[in-house]
Amino acid sequence: MTTEIRTALAQYIAKEILQQPKRVIAPDAPLISSGLIDSFHLVDLGLFVEDKFGVRIDDAELNKETFDTIEQLTAIIVERQ
Amino acid sequence: MPTFSHVLQRAYAECPDRVAIHLLQNRQEDAPITYRALLSGGAGYARALQAAGVGAGDVVIVIVQHSAELMVAFWGAVLHGAVPAIMPFLTEKLAPERYRQDLTALIETTRPAAIVTYPEFAGEISGALSALSVQTKRPPLVVSADVSACEPDFDGLGGLERAPDDIVLLQHSSGTTGLQKGVALSHRAVFSQLDHYARAIHLTQDDVVVSWLPLYHDMGLIASFIMPILTRVPLVLLSPFDWVRAPYKLLHAITRYRGTLAWLPNFAYNFCAQKIRDRDLAGIDLSSVRALINCSEPTYWASHQAFLGRYAQYGLRAEALTTCYAMAENVFAVTQAGIDAPVTVDEIDQRGLLIERVARPPTDGVSGMKLLTAGRPLPNVQVRVVEDTASIDGQHHDLPDRAIGEIALRSDCMLTGYYNRPDITSKAFDDGWYLTGDLGYLASGELYVTGRKKDLIIVGGKNVYPQDLERLAGEVPGVHPGRVVAFGVLNADAGTEDVVVVAEVDTTDEIERDAIGDAVRRYVTQSSDVALRVVRIVEPRWLLKTSSGKIAHAANRDKYLAENQTPEVTP
Repeated sequence: MTTEIRTALAQYIAKEILQQPKRVIAPDAPLISSGLIDSFHLVDLGLFVEDKFGVRIDDAELNKETFDTIEQLTAIIVERQ
Repeated sequence: MPTFSHVLQRAYAECPDRVAIHLLQNRQEDAPITYRALLSGGAGYARALQAAGVGAGDVVIVIVQHSAELMVAFWGAVLHGAVPAIMPFLTEKLAPERYRQDLTALIETTRPAAIVTYPEFAGEISGALSALSVQTKRPPLVVSADVSACEPDFDGLGGLERAPDDIVLLQHSSGTTGLQKGVALSHRAVFSQLDHYARAIHLTQDDVVVSWLPLYHDMGLIASFIMPILTRVPLVLLSPFDWVRAPYKLLHAITRYRGTLAWLPNFAYNFCAQKIRDRDLAGIDLSSVRALINCSEPTYWASHQAFLGRYAQYGLRAEALTTCYAMAENVFAVTQAGIDAPVTVDEIDQRGLLIERVARPPTDGVSGMKLLTAGRPLPNVQVRVVEDTASIDGQHHDLPDRAIGEIALRSDCMLTGYYNRPDITSKAFDDGWYLTGDLGYLASGELYVTGRKKDLIIVGGKNVYPQDLERLAGEVPGVHPGRVVAFGVLNADAGTEDVVVVAEVDTTDEIERDAIGDAVRRYVTQSSDVALRVVRIVEPRWLLKTSSGKIAHAANRDKYLAENQTPEVTP
């Protein structure tokens, strides 16, 4: 399950946010603190997570303190599912 | 003619307990700020500036987060007779050393007498000061953004001694380049703008302005801060940082305060149409809205349609969607549409626009592009559309209606100059006319803005100079300085431009190229607060240069678009 979530997140970020579909994103690669994902796309990521996994990420949680990597975001999703 | 301080003095005497600003705060009660609180807080700052030896007409840079403190400090500098300039606060994404470099650039050009900021931020300031290339005669003093309010003694305040033609404030756009071009505005210019613009939009004290815009932006500072406060129109403010994560908060603010006016950049229409959940819209009522004013970046018919499609069911009226063309150099608005009559939609032929440079109706059987008018000029502003290159006689001649050329304007509310930059000030004018660098056409007295002559990128309403991004990308190991180009490409879905960087590298190794691309993205974002949408790594000699060896922005943009086979689709 964890692997599937990680893969889905990595694919979404590579394809929709970075526009590099073939791009591989490591589970521990920083996303927000590295500037890979900006504020506008964080909102997109929040909507994607809710649609795909039925887990709501509150707007106040869209920051690097809550999650900065695919690994951390996956943990939040698993915990709330 | 009065000055800002005279108007504030009257408000303090006549309506001290009226709420000037309802400040919305994340997870806290809304904070009402009365004129008394605003001006006694301001008087505290005026006293602190006085104590610091700041004189009348001296520049005071304010670096404070979006908060009551920022607003009070701004008016405090005005009351003291100083010239405030608001600089964005350091965000968590931005690299502190790069921020210091921008601050150094700002200090070198504006030579401020003081910087108002938090005591804990003083370290950043001294870092910037130590990097000054020219030792200023008197380095700016750091004034703590934590002063106690006091009863304003207007007669003792320097603000009342100012003359209408004195400079009242500076406005900057972002980045190293923008921070070296402070638009200096006089009391007279701002009042002329407010007077004419308020009439153009039929502003009354029954209006309620709602805004999430930052105060370092002209639309945020003039239309959504100074104008309502000086005209005693209630203002509801939320933080740009809260809005970007929770755009529905703007709609809730309109609902709760019966908002009538809001200024928004075009992307906000798409953002609100696409990124808000239905459940976050429970109870929303937009029937109080008289005008949403689309301004500060190219406006799109499709963005208005998308917004209306989503929010008509919440009481939004189609007539409330209006447009405006504005720039800091004219204080704010140049034109306004949609107040006295619906916004005109001009359907024109795409080929005519791009190739013939004429806005003519589409040929039979071909669907045209729908352009939104920017409206008619304010009564105190004259607009011409001229040849965008000077003729052999050195003149920029007028073009006929519907011919596309450069927009030039003249008004009694123009900037006094770019502060301490007479060189660029004189270049910006041609025989008294300000050449905007924007392209457009006139038809039946209305102005249509179709593009830009200059290489400026406008993303989310924010002006970005490509040269700043190119210089940064060139600093990344593996990228050759001078072999980078940055430009904007319309993202119709987002209703704004995506920023693209193309960089030449020598290596052909895919993994190395990806790593360099990542490094460019990370470094530019952290150094400029501009998010790159696409970083394209290419082989040497990909980039097109002009005969003088400069990067040709438009030509490289066209090459990129052709290679990606994603021709720009205008909605």
